[in-house]
Amino acid sequence: MVVGAGPAGIAAAVSAARSGARSALVDDNPSPGGQIWRNAEHASETSSSAAAWFERLRSTSVQHLFGARVFGADSGVVSAESADGVLQIAYRDLILATGARERFLPFPGWTLANVLGAGGLQALAKSGLPVLNKRIVIAGTGPLLLAVAAYLQDHGAHVVAICEQTSRTALARFAWHAFHAPGKIAEAWNLSRSIRSVPLYTNTWPVAALGDHGRLRVLRISHQGKIREIECDYVGCGFHLVPNVELPRSLGCELENGFVHVDDFQQTSAPHIYCAGEPTVIGGLELSLLEGEIAGYAAAGRRDTALPLFGQRARYRRFARAMAQAFSLRPVLKSLAQPDTWICRCEDVSLERLHEHDSWRAAKLHTRCGMGPCQGRICGAALEFLQGWDTGAPRAPIFPVRCASVAALASAHDLTASKGSAQ
Amino acid sequence: MADNIPVRVNGKPVEVPQGSTVAVALFIAGAASRTSVHGEPRSALCGMGVCFECRVTIDGVQQRLGCQTLCRSGMEISAAAVTETGSA
Repeated sequence: MVVGAGPAGIAAAVSAARSGARSALVDDNPSPGGQIWRNAEHASETSSSAAAWFERLRSTSVQHLFGARVFGADSGVVSAESADGVLQIAYRDLILATGARERFLPFPGWTLANVLGAGGLQALAKSGLPVLNKRIVIAGTGPLLLAVAAYLQDHGAHVVAICEQTSRTALARFAWHAFHAPGKIAEAWNLSRSIRSVPLYTNTWPVAALGDHGRLRVLRISHQGKIREIECDYVGCGFHLVPNVELPRSLGCELENGFVHVDDFQQTSAPHIYCAGEPTVIGGLELSLLEGEIAGYAAAGRRDTALPLFGQRARYRRFARAMAQAFSLRPVLKSLAQPDTWICRCEDVSLERLHEHDSWRAAKLHTRCGMGPCQGRICGAALEFLQGWDTGAPRAPIFPVRCASVAALASAHDLTASKGSAQ
Repeated sequence: MADNIPVRVNGKPVEVPQGSTVAVALFIAGAASRTSVHGEPRSALCGMGVCFECRVTIDGVQQRLGCQTLCRSGMEISAAAVTETGSA
């Protein structure tokens, strides 16, 4: 049972199926691809690597369960909610490929309409949002900014600027690593061609988004020490990625430095549970595919097939470390949020209210921060940076679900408990 | 995605490209998806189903995520109504 149909999940499901295991692949999106390959299955601009993996997925016997969001697992049964019901699937081995999400750092005006994540804006553009001739500023940090800017430029947007908080030297060092990682030269080359006319500012970060009647008009930035304002239709702002470790944590998987700890065969500390891709380290596409393959082979009992991939995985893990260093967040970003800036969007909790408390738990209990639908995914990631708070291991349901779904989760537990089986 | 399909956002007809998500339909219509606790209009942030800002009522079913739901011809999309007490 593979949770998450991004590159890691697709690679895991295909590898397990090819090794003779009965495999199922579940994802909350209507079609496979995760973030980086969103809607890529039938797009004309899809890379040959992505196309090949989609073809492998189609041609193997993997059972597809799309449009279903996994909200818990218990006693060898995964529970997932779809638009009209609950799916409960028994598994022997679970491979978690839940990917990553953007880190949002609050700043004044970040709740205005048309201020989205960088990946968020790209996701909407890939899902039909018209961007032709729209003025767009991309801000934050990470290689995702460049990929998003390139995508938007290629689709007729006018990307006015890319505002990267890291230094010019750090970015250049990262570019060196990118050019030296196998397979990345072509990607880096295409990217730089797409954004050749877009100003790329380093040492630059958003200070405030300003608007009229709730709609964005201008992004104010700190550009190498000076304050500037850029008129724009959309802001795509995200500060790199944080791993989606909620499901692994809720199942007892141990973390190391905030990521799911895995052994050489991608096995976690919890029996029969593997993890592949961004939840183990933010490492990009190639590493996700490799980890997915290794996990799929290993879970299907074919560790011998996984061994030859170890060398490549090690190389891409080095690239992942370089990426983490290049885009580490500068301390000044902690001061973007003002006392009246919303930190928790779900429950409208401002920074000054949070400052009255000295732990995530206290803040949650007194202000409701983290008690909203996002379950602390957005505010928690911000507060981890701003305050050093850890949100702790979540309990199922790890997404808001209908009452009937929670009942199903409970009855599945009772069912397997009463069977008394140790599977 | 060459053809447009008709949907309704808060009762008003809107045309969206085939294959668009409900979140996109809201942007095309210029409509917020919800109102915050303090009465501010909100719309999609993350685009990937984790922030829950894009939650709307679709064909009578509440709390559906716009960014993960494909538009279908004739779909009724409504953002929660603005109330004096704010919460949506």
